[in-house]
Amino acid sequence: MSVEIAANLAIAQEAAAERTRSDFGEPHGIAVRGLTKSYGALTILDRIDLDIAPGELLALLGPSGSGKTTLLRLLAGLDSPESGSIHLGGLDASDLTVQERRVGFVFQSYALFRHLTVFDNIAYGLAIRPRKTRPSREAIRTRVTKLLEMMKLPGLEKRYPSQLSGGQRQRIALARALAIEPRVLLLDEPFGALDAKVRKDLRKWLPDIHHRTGLTTVFVTHDQGEAMEVSDRVAILNGGRIEQIGPPADIRERPATEFVRAFLE
Amino acid sequence: MADVALPARASAPITTEAAPTRWILTAFTIGFLALFLLAPLIVVAVEAFSRGWEEYLASLVEPDALHSILLTLFVAVIVVPINAAFGLIAAWCIAKFDFGGKNLLITLIYLPFSVSPVVAGLVFVLLFGAQGVFGEWLAAHDVQIVFAVPGIVLATLFVTFPFVAREVIPLMQSQGTAEEEAALTLGASGFTAFRTVTLPSIKWALLAGVLLTNARSMGEFGAVSVVSGHIRGVTNTIPLQVEILYNEYAIAAAFALASLLALLALVTLGLKTLLEKRQGVGPHVG
Repeated sequence: MSVEIAANLAIAQEAAAERTRSDFGEPHGIAVRGLTKSYGALTILDRIDLDIAPGELLALLGPSGSGKTTLLRLLAGLDSPESGSIHLGGLDASDLTVQERRVGFVFQSYALFRHLTVFDNIAYGLAIRPRKTRPSREAIRTRVTKLLEMMKLPGLEKRYPSQLSGGQRQRIALARALAIEPRVLLLDEPFGALDAKVRKDLRKWLPDIHHRTGLTTVFVTHDQGEAMEVSDRVAILNGGRIEQIGPPADIRERPATEFVRAFLE
Repeated sequence: MADVALPARASAPITTEAAPTRWILTAFTIGFLALFLLAPLIVVAVEAFSRGWEEYLASLVEPDALHSILLTLFVAVIVVPINAAFGLIAAWCIAKFDFGGKNLLITLIYLPFSVSPVVAGLVFVLLFGAQGVFGEWLAAHDVQIVFAVPGIVLATLFVTFPFVAREVIPLMQSQGTAEEEAALTLGASGFTAFRTVTLPSIKWALLAGVLLTNARSMGEFGAVSVVSGHIRGVTNTIPLQVEILYNEYAIAAAFALASLLALLALVTLGLKTLLEKRQGVGPHVG
């Protein structure tokens, strides 16, 4: 009995130690005001206001064409808005280039560098830094090894992306995004390209990673079941506007609009 | 019922072709290739060595022949890097950006494929020749383009314009922009992203394009023939020198030089096949 308690204690301590070791700093909140984006005559995002609390796990949920991926790309700085503002942890993001924003972005197709090994993929964001700010070779190796352990994929360093399964690729893409110690973590359709079994694993795994990094995390999905199960709050988008935002239970109990009610059925 | 049965019946004969028919078709294909591709190569080799090794080497180091070889190499050394750079930049624009007039640009890049090289050569004569648009200005400034090496370089540049772009554009388009975007979010500058992500993933296609550019720039006859003026030991490239020798019934010498071009073709083909194999396997496919 006492052995079991001691073992449990050890596990708890290890988990706590891991949390401090992961060390992504204080999480940054995100504040979006009047964000508008259109392509020609087509309005993709229409005056979006959105506040995301530091350390929150938020899902952007909506049908295709609702503007959710565009919103994510604007947060990352991959596209620029027509009007409106984005603040990342008190910094005005419109002053920051995509490089300076330092967001962790996991692409829907993962966008791993096909000519680089898993190790070099994860190390990329550190290895390309100018000499003054680049970590030492050993520091990079330590970081990559730690991230691979965190993703439960040790020993894959020398593989190429083409030699990995879909789920493995996604984890490597996530490890690569985390390697630069991002201000926030953004995931585009993380459930999208995976088979049913891995999708199910990801439902447990995504909140776990979020918990361990403590990062403010935003992910895009069109699957309401996954959004509802995984996230602290869900923002439901339709036609470039947020129809409703709140904890999953609230949305389920009190859908704000007819669209939300229909979409959740 | 009849609708369902029809496609099956129509496709059946393809797989159940009688053995004699298959033999005849195969024999025809091989015979055709042997006659039109293999036989000429053998003839070139046989004719080149018809007077023995020493005569072969002598006709290669004969001053005019040697000069034509050096001029051909000189032109290739200038043309290949320029068109590699141009093809790369053009492919980058077309594959990674959206802009008005993109289709027009693509059509323009491929234009040299559809224009007869002779016409291309004539265009340069009409532009830069004595009676040409810029003729007087060039004469006043003592610049000789047509019937001189610059004209040969220009004509060769024009003819080999699309080769790198043609190899690289489809690959870049199929790879999309996600990897570059990922590099940017990880802190890479645009140039770093190009150097560390784009370039390595297209290097084999780029190399294949460079090989083809090189082969064509060394082998081009029509366009160069118009602008060169056929001045022996001055503006004759290998193909032009081959023609002159042949017209003078110096058959063995002509074939000796021609054998260099044939060899170039074989080496190019071999390397390109090797490159395509590399592209098809290993870490280069995502």
